[in-house]
Amino acid sequence: MSSDKALISLRDVDKFYGDYHALRDVSLDIFPGEFFSLLGPSGCGKTTLLRTIAGFEDVSSGTLSIGGQDMAGVAANRRPTNMVFQSYAIFPHLTVAENVGFGLRRSNYSRGERHARVSDALEMVGLGGYGKRAAHALSGGQRQRVALARALILKPKVLLLDEPLSALDKKLREQMQVELIRLQRQVGITFVLVTHDQEEALIMSDRIAVMFEGRIAQLEEPEALYQRPGSRQVAEFIGVMNFLGAHVISNEGNALELDVAGLGHAVIGRDQCPGGPVSGMCHVGIRPETMTLLFEDRGDGPVADGVVDEVVYYGDMTYYDIKLDGVPKPITLSMKNMIGRPVLDIGTRTKVGWDPRALVAFS
Amino acid sequence: MSGPRKPRGLTVYAIAYLIFLYAPIILLPMFAFNASTIIAFPLQGFTTEWFVRLTGVQALHTAVRTSLFIAVVSAILATILGMCAARAGTRYEFPGKGGILGLIMLPLVLPEIIVAVSLLVVVVQILQFPLSAWTVIMAHTLICTPFCIAILNSSFQNLDASLEEAAIDLGESRWNAFRLVTLPLVTPGIIASLLISFTISLDEFIIAFFLTGSEPTLPVYIWGLLRFPQQLPVVMALGTILVALSILLLIVAEYFRRRGVRRAGKTETGGFL
Repeated sequence: MSSDKALISLRDVDKFYGDYHALRDVSLDIFPGEFFSLLGPSGCGKTTLLRTIAGFEDVSSGTLSIGGQDMAGVAANRRPTNMVFQSYAIFPHLTVAENVGFGLRRSNYSRGERHARVSDALEMVGLGGYGKRAAHALSGGQRQRVALARALILKPKVLLLDEPLSALDKKLREQMQVELIRLQRQVGITFVLVTHDQEEALIMSDRIAVMFEGRIAQLEEPEALYQRPGSRQVAEFIGVMNFLGAHVISNEGNALELDVAGLGHAVIGRDQCPGGPVSGMCHVGIRPETMTLLFEDRGDGPVADGVVDEVVYYGDMTYYDIKLDGVPKPITLSMKNMIGRPVLDIGTRTKVGWDPRALVAFS
Repeated sequence: MSGPRKPRGLTVYAIAYLIFLYAPIILLPMFAFNASTIIAFPLQGFTTEWFVRLTGVQALHTAVRTSLFIAVVSAILATILGMCAARAGTRYEFPGKGGILGLIMLPLVLPEIIVAVSLLVVVVQILQFPLSAWTVIMAHTLICTPFCIAILNSSFQNLDASLEEAAIDLGESRWNAFRLVTLPLVTPGIIASLLISFTISLDEFIIAFFLTGSEPTLPVYIWGLLRFPQQLPVVMALGTILVALSILLLIVAEYFRRRGVRRAGKTETGGFL
């Protein structure tokens, strides 16, 4: 993908608040029709970046263009973007229909057209017939839908979403995640989502930019991000990753021979070092679900020995902390609960099956 | 069986307190309708003569007009200043913010006589302005502004900062966003602020006494009447009207303040009543 097809293009963007360096040298391209997420812990600059795209913040240096047009000096109300705010910012003194139709005030549609478009927008977010209700009487989920309808009615090139689901309870949040994906496919508008919830980002996004301290640490598709995180920091932020000490035995051609603490001998490919070349002492990461407890001594892959240190039962899954022989810090692994499969007690000696293809190595 | 025992002593104290506070105000209408020029019990009979006599005094009418003019202008100025301060205080961060806002609120606790004397010195000695209705307006604006800020702060604080941004995001200019979103939501607060500062200015005596020129305000005029004992019932009648008007305005102001809090979808966070 080349940058001239990009809908939003940032080049070397820096942002200072006084001495505080909020965005550091951010360059990225967001393509038309993408569901793009900015993911990171609070204070990482993701919201600042979103507000910069929206036009509520200026860049201190660097350039931002949307649809090939430089946005320097273009105020927020002239940009082809619309935003869903974290608080939803529903106008409490207006009705639902007046809220949704707010952006049409400046258009030259007739009353009838305006009314029809408001009804369509409400229908689209599943609030058909709610137009006459007072906005302040809505529930959290309904406010969210009104905010979406209000932003989408202007058919922006980009819809910006600032942690739109963080105020909702878990059930509603999961339901809205699916609905947002459906909505995005339906309208075909580029969505840029800010979230601190890695699971949410993985579920919804086409691509994810992980941010730490104002910098983009990694920009990848969800699967690649999860399986081949580019740094230890990213690996720890996205899902659960166990880290074990290791050293490189040999480094020939496309293969790397490692001795991993607790697991033993492993040969991995060069693509399993996503953070760059590895030599000498290093760290090896492995995800909980890529390992398995061997209840009977079977399985043909490599096997490690250990003792159950902690058991957390989740219903569908059980998470075990296992102390591998020779490794003081326990590692976490997850097992799907199945009929006839026991849940082990703390202190049980067990064998752990693992797969060298699941390893990632960092220097 | 019962809840916590009520301390009887406190109840007695509270009732006595209320009597001391409000008995003089209750006496006011009593004597205003009393058919005798001597302010004493027993009451002599019912009359509306004193109220009728009010209508014939030319100087009184002038004083009322002066007072109303001063009160309206002071209320508008204080409310505008209060809006600026409340918005700055709730929306922006700037160096020395706490100190500046504290300084603006200072007239609330300064003895009025001190404010009056210092203003007189400043206006007459330093600025060398002639005393007029405008000097009183300046001073009343000063003492009303803290009240306006207190009222408007609660209106502006309850406002989500992203509401205006949302309006801008939907294509409106900054000014339109303020006009279409912020203003309707703080209007009840503005009305409450206007009414409160109007009432304060209308009733204020000490500062007006010092700073007024050849046209006395109503309280200053009343003070002048007190020298003539036979005029006392007329003063009582006038006082009755003023008290009734003040209470009415205060109630209306609080009604609007509460409506504002409700409109912003927030819960009660204090107030004057």
